Amino acid sequence: MAVTTTRAARGGVTPRAVPPAERRRRFLVAVANQSVAIALSAVFVLPFIFILLTALMTQQQALTTDLWPSPFRWGNFARVFSEIPLIRYTYSTVVYAVLSTVGTVLSSIPVAYALSRMRWRGRNIVFLLVLSTLMLPVQVTIVPLYVVFVRLHWIGSLKPLIVPAFFGDAFTIFLLRQFFLTIPEELSDAARVDGASELQILTRVIVPLAKPAVAAVALFQFLYCWNDFFGPLLYTGSNPKVWTLAVGLSQYSSVVHRSVLWNIQMAASILFMLPVILLFLLAQRVFIEGVTLTGVKG
Amino acid sequence: MAAGVSLASRAAAVRRRRPRRVRYHLVVLLFMSPWILGFLGFILYPMLASLYFSFTKYNLLQSPEWVGLFNYRFMLQHDSLFWQAVRNTVWIVLFGTPIQIAFAIATAMVLTRVKSGSGFYRTLFFLPTMVPAVAAALAFVFLLNPAGPVNTILRFLHVPEPLWFASPQWSKPALVGLSLWGIGETMIIFLAALLDVPAQLYEAADLEGAGPWQKFRYVTLPMISPVIFFSLVIGVIFGFQYFTQAYVASGGQLHLGEPQGSLRFYAVWMYQQIQYTHMGYAAAMAWALFLVVMACTVVLTKTSGRWVHYQGGR
Repeated sequence: MAVTTTRAARGGVTPRAVPPAERRRRFLVAVANQSVAIALSAVFVLPFIFILLTALMTQQQALTTDLWPSPFRWGNFARVFSEIPLIRYTYSTVVYAVLSTVGTVLSSIPVAYALSRMRWRGRNIVFLLVLSTLMLPVQVTIVPLYVVFVRLHWIGSLKPLIVPAFFGDAFTIFLLRQFFLTIPEELSDAARVDGASELQILTRVIVPLAKPAVAAVALFQFLYCWNDFFGPLLYTGSNPKVWTLAVGLSQYSSVVHRSVLWNIQMAASILFMLPVILLFLLAQRVFIEGVTLTGVKG
Repeated sequence: MAAGVSLASRAAAVRRRRPRRVRYHLVVLLFMSPWILGFLGFILYPMLASLYFSFTKYNLLQSPEWVGLFNYRFMLQHDSLFWQAVRNTVWIVLFGTPIQIAFAIATAMVLTRVKSGSGFYRTLFFLPTMVPAVAAALAFVFLLNPAGPVNTILRFLHVPEPLWFASPQWSKPALVGLSLWGIGETMIIFLAALLDVPAQLYEAADLEGAGPWQKFRYVTLPMISPVIFFSLVIGVIFGFQYFTQAYVASGGQLHLGEPQGSLRFYAVWMYQQIQYTHMGYAAAMAWALFLVVMACTVVLTKTSGRWVHYQGGR
């Protein structure tokens, strides 16, 4: 509205003459914008559609250039379970993801508390150190860790993935700290006056108030583990019994690379991504806000 | 340090200053202990040990044998596959990162311009980002196979059909395509930045008679430059660790780097060294990677002053 009036005033055109043209222009712009958005949506969504359609084809048809399945083979999703030990992979993935999430959250909460709500010399330097470890490529530390895990006979088990999670995670600490900083200091002070110890303030005041943030970091860590590949491959690659979904399905691809079972491969991929997609659709706000926070503040 | 604490605790501190302060700092230490132990055990020790291993020959069976700079010299002078990995990695960082950033800005701008349904479009654009990397790579290996849907569409349009992951020329562009599918996180960050640009700036530009391109070039770009800088740094750091998609697209364990070494990236070649138990050489590669990433970050940060504009002179 404001734009229209300024334009009209500036150009000296009578106010009556402008609205129809302006309205038409706006309408065309809106149509153009919608068309671009719809075209982009198609680009983002078509891969899902092709994956699903292929997952429903017969093995023979999946090798052809056909795009539409005939007949529809819904049984492919059941066949995945006999072709791939999907249950076992899922079990390993859940064990890894749940234990690692519990460890990360439990160990990161007190660190984030000390870095945001307690005052001590060098706190900011330590916080910068925490942040800088976020930037460190995993490859830099992997060789000696691998050697240590070989010595401990942990290679071929999930332990190298789970145990380190109990020693704080820089990203989780960062996000929790940012949230803890937003809780008013008066609440802690009131508890202090009542004689509460720092541990009591943390567990009775801060954590209950920070429940949404704790839920968000738990969600992020769980998803990170669900998708994680390099670590699980390196540490469990030699022992198929503890393969996670990511490792298991990636190994399956080497068979499929000789283009044998596209339909089963796509059905398995769908089963692998489905829980995460559903989780996203249910808790979309948490994701978007979390991502925004890391980007803007990071 | 203890100064600046609330009045209540300061009053308490005056009463029993010494023991209180010591106890307070013990609590800090206790709370920090998971991170301190983790930092010492999983970052500091491995980095130092890695440095030591990089000067040794070490196959896990015998103890490390000191060889001085041999690993580094071999890496730089004799290992042609190392250089192939470096070239591939530089390619993906140099082409992949800017294309991703440009595409993320473009999609975010589409979202800011759509009047109705932008929340719906945002969900759709973000959805592929949730797909686990392995599943996304498997999906693209299928989508881009010579008889796959993408080439079927290209044939329909009478456009030449590349062999994608089966050809050394097209395998890396195919990976860039895969990365664009999962652009969501970057897009969301740019979306927040775009929505943060004050509307008065655009109104002022309107009054000056600026066209759409000028508004983008002289208002939008400078205003979102901190986010571009952030994405560049992240893109470089993660570009050098590029592994999962390359591993899957090559066809897994037995086909690493295929076709014809075009997907042998730095992290892939380093992973293979660990597989061969060339621990000393792998450690040398780790330190070389660390130094290069550090150098890139420093160079980006140093040059950022010229083109990154912080609002309010941060």
